[in-house]
Amino acid sequence: MTTPVIETHGLTKLYGDFKAVADLNLTVNEGEVFGLLGPNGSGKTTTILMLLGLTEPSSGSVRVLGFDPEREPLKVKSHVGYMPDQLGFYNDLSARENLIYIAKLNGLRRDEAYRRIDEVLARLGLQHVADHPVGTFSHGMRQRLGVAEVLLKKPRLIIMDEPTQGLDPEAAREFLEIIQGLKKDGITVLLSSHLLYQVQAVCDRVGLFRLGHMVLEGTVTELAQQVLGGAYRIEVEVANPSPDLESTLRQLPGVVDVKPAQNGRLELEATSDLRADAARLVVESGGQLLSLDIEEPSLDEIYARYFQEVEHVPAA
Amino acid sequence: MSQQLRLARPERVREGSPWTGLWAVVGKEMADHLTSVRMRILEILVVLTAAGTVYAALQNLRETIGQDRFLFLKLFTTAREPLPAFVGFLGFLVPLIAIALAFDSVNGEFSQRTMSRVLAQPIYRDALLFGKFLAGFFTLALVLTAIWLLIIGLGIIGLGLPPGGEEVARSLWFLVTTIFYGGIWLALAMVFSVVFRQPATAALASIAIWLFFTGFWGIIASVLAQGLRPVRFGLPQEIVAQAELALMLTRLSPNALYTEATIGLLNPSIRSFGLVSPLQWQGALLGAPLPLRQSLLLIWPHLTGLIAATILLFAIGYILFQRQEIRA
Repeated sequence: MTTPVIETHGLTKLYGDFKAVADLNLTVNEGEVFGLLGPNGSGKTTTILMLLGLTEPSSGSVRVLGFDPEREPLKVKSHVGYMPDQLGFYNDLSARENLIYIAKLNGLRRDEAYRRIDEVLARLGLQHVADHPVGTFSHGMRQRLGVAEVLLKKPRLIIMDEPTQGLDPEAAREFLEIIQGLKKDGITVLLSSHLLYQVQAVCDRVGLFRLGHMVLEGTVTELAQQVLGGAYRIEVEVANPSPDLESTLRQLPGVVDVKPAQNGRLELEATSDLRADAARLVVESGGQLLSLDIEEPSLDEIYARYFQEVEHVPAA
Repeated sequence: MSQQLRLARPERVREGSPWTGLWAVVGKEMADHLTSVRMRILEILVVLTAAGTVYAALQNLRETIGQDRFLFLKLFTTAREPLPAFVGFLGFLVPLIAIALAFDSVNGEFSQRTMSRVLAQPIYRDALLFGKFLAGFFTLALVLTAIWLLIIGLGIIGLGLPPGGEEVARSLWFLVTTIFYGGIWLALAMVFSVVFRQPATAALASIAIWLFFTGFWGIIASVLAQGLRPVRFGLPQEIVAQAELALMLTRLSPNALYTEATIGLLNPSIRSFGLVSPLQWQGALLGAPLPLRQSLLLIWPHLTGLIAATILLFAIGYILFQRQEIRA
């Protein structure tokens, strides 16, 4: 097995008595898009800063691309691109000049730097504004310039903190396409966000943070199973259901729960897509199947449900 | 696995050179300084001052050409009412330039939100702070050297004489002293730019310190000396002790150090800054100039003090910056 891109064991960060990150065990593999989710102040940014060696962990260990960010921050930072949540550029300098500075800090040779700058500006569609001062850029353009900057060092891992925050829907959609493009290039991406729909759209796996703890981790489907019980919700509308239909459906392997919904519909919670089986059962029991809908689990729902549940339980 | 990793922790020595990326920072910051409007204004101010005071000095010196071995040095020190001499002007212009170069160097990166992006590049914080300091220092040196050359040039035209070797040497030492005098204020403004998140606060704090040393420290020093070494019986020893303490305290101010150092360098007939008893005067030719080596010996403590203060202030800024959390 290849070494994980990010590996932390018992990672903890204390600010005084406050535990910003507590006992974090996180593994992100090569080529994955991993999403860090959670409300503000739940430890996402602190985790990111520790991964980059910009903040020292209080205890625990971190390995990024096999390097220790505390002892070998330069090696980590030359392979990892970081896009902070509040992205700032030197407003008086042009996009190209901003990139030249970053290229120099990365120790790129001049001709190589110029070639790569043209390349990344073209890739992010910024070539026509390359020589305009960044002060005139829109938020979306700055965000793209941020990606261009990160790509300059040909990173193996890109860490983005709230990359789509404040973007209009169109710009956000374009930005998600950019992230998918990065994934195609084999770059591992770690992004934090609280815009759940977007995380769901691009992330292979997500980790849910609460009060410094990573409380849930896995694919969206796995999370749905843990939090919602079943990952799939199937709604069956039957015209003249037989009285024992509900219990028949309940016996179907993979069904977690069956409960009546509006207008005489039945709602099935299942661990997999059981539409065909459910349809067969309805018809066999003599009912008339009118409609069959499936609702895939949404991260929104998982998130809302999870935080509703933990409201009543004190934090671990 | 985690056990192994934990065992590996005790050796926490950083790897890689702290100077990686230093020259990239210096280059970028110097380019910023030299193209900034702020710098242009200061340059114009300094050039006008140089031209004005040298012109005034030339008016005075024309009458005494040929009588003085160190005519060129007089260009720097001769005043004509109502203007002070060029060195007097430098005494408060140099701090102003230095503060203007550095007061927003660190907090500016925070307020532009570029700090975390820059520090995410493969460089250490050391390189960023030292690069910023060096860029300010080089800019200061560049400006002051240009003025120095300008004055020498004006002098050659105005006086119609080339400067002598010793005059050039003395004025070069004067240049070095002035640059380090600026270095103190540069480092001070940088410390404040680390401490305060608002550039305006940092600028005000630096200017407050500068005003304190320019305007009030002399008074405070003499009051302190009167309190600590009171003259009870009117004995000469008491008066001397008090005066010496007052002088020592005054020298804690960089302005006082700089003024004494420039006088020692530009006025070869100065033999001592302290109190001199008649016994020490015995055998001395009054008014005879000291050789350069002796003058240097005289101002060596001052020069060392200026350089040491620069390094000390930079070290304070460095420690504060290393400990700072970079999240905005």
